Amino acid sequence: MGEVLFGSLLIVLGLTLFIQGLEMGLFPIGEAMAQALARKGSLFWLLAFAFALGFSTTVAEPALIAVAAKAADIAGRGGLIDPGVESLAQYAFGLRMSVAFSVGLAILIGVMRILRGWPIHYLIIGGYVLVMLMTIVAPKEIIGIAYDAGGVTTSTITVPLVAALGVGLASTIRGRSPLTDGFGLIAFASLLPMIFVMGYGLIVFR
Amino acid sequence: MEFIKEFSGILLATCRDVLPIVILIVVFQLLVLRQKIPHLRRLVIGGIYVVIGLALFLAGLEKALFPLGKIMATQLSDPEFLYGTTEIISHADWTAYGWVYLFAAMIGFATTIAEPSLIAVAFKANEVSAGTISTWGLRITVAIGVAFGISLGTFRIVSGTPLYLYILVGYVIVIIQTIFAPKSIVALAYDSGGVTTSTVTVPLVAALGLGLASTVPGRNPALDGFGLIAFASLFPIIAVMGYAQLMDWKTKRGKK
Repeated sequence: MGEVLFGSLLIVLGLTLFIQGLEMGLFPIGEAMAQALARKGSLFWLLAFAFALGFSTTVAEPALIAVAAKAADIAGRGGLIDPGVESLAQYAFGLRMSVAFSVGLAILIGVMRILRGWPIHYLIIGGYVLVMLMTIVAPKEIIGIAYDAGGVTTSTITVPLVAALGVGLASTIRGRSPLTDGFGLIAFASLLPMIFVMGYGLIVFR
Repeated sequence: MEFIKEFSGILLATCRDVLPIVILIVVFQLLVLRQKIPHLRRLVIGGIYVVIGLALFLAGLEKALFPLGKIMATQLSDPEFLYGTTEIISHADWTAYGWVYLFAAMIGFATTIAEPSLIAVAFKANEVSAGTISTWGLRITVAIGVAFGISLGTFRIVSGTPLYLYILVGYVIVIIQTIFAPKSIVALAYDSGGVTTSTVTVPLVAALGLGLASTVPGRNPALDGFGLIAFASLFPIIAVMGYAQLMDWKTKRGKK
């Protein structure tokens, strides 16, 4: 019981510091950079920034770190992977990297959508179809964690920065409304990880 | 002493996790935008806060949230509590797990109603819809959606039915709703799915699912333990579009 109380204290303290630090440093500069790049007008750098932003914020996302470690633990105990410390850490790392890569790609696609004005529902429905197709071929041990990965990735760091990028972009481009075109980036960021984690499962569990 | 050793290990790993963000800022600010980094001191202090806070959070997670979720799952699915016998039950009867569903629904509702990013999204939705969607109405709708989702998710773990069937049905509902929902709300509704599952909810709900899968007879944590968060990110999409449709229909009827 004492252990749980001490742990809760650490969580409250840690989250407070974490959010305070984000608001002091990362959020203002992230928003300023997103707007500066949107105005700069170079498509290549804008897309590179979108990918790097999605990737780097996902790597630092606390909920994903926790869940990936848990998933490695379960997979090790279930005999799916070698239960040594080294291989568990490697599995968790691989899981996080495939999620981070897919979020980067998702933000890139989302930015393209805002620039070109593609309707969001076609892309999302296409994504749903891909998820279901991957489900047929993916090993069944990965499906639960893959479906969860979508919700896990978009959390404390990613959501505010990505939303700032979307709304900033939509308000600098003529003919785009920040309220209807600015949203939707997070939707891609919760969809693509499902597909990529199932792909990761295909590679690891064979 | 052991705690300090463990903590410094976590701290080191955290520095590695934050490194990509540092590289991103330095490369883009100095090389692409060619500007000095504004408020450098503030940024560095904020960065130190982030690293220490993250490490403390992760250390606390192992000690509190994971065990807590697991203890709750174990106690709620204890055969003695459910069936009144200590005999080993080989086949789970889904009707006996009422408390589990209720508890899951309450966790879902409570954590969602307090979710800061949802408050922000609800505020935006109010703006988009020019006031037809009320902030509180939407938050309660989403919270009920998440509560129902997590509750259904625990039912899935107890009954051992495949996850993809539920998600497939959910997707079909989302697609049908997309056809009829007001166009301005669609992007926002899709986003709200990712927004509702935050840093505290995720580990707690994951631990609940894994704990259930390891105590309910005949379930395997590796196969059945995950999936609750997927439910919690699908149902808000349905709830937000449903709410927007309802409000839309109400205003139209009011005009006639």
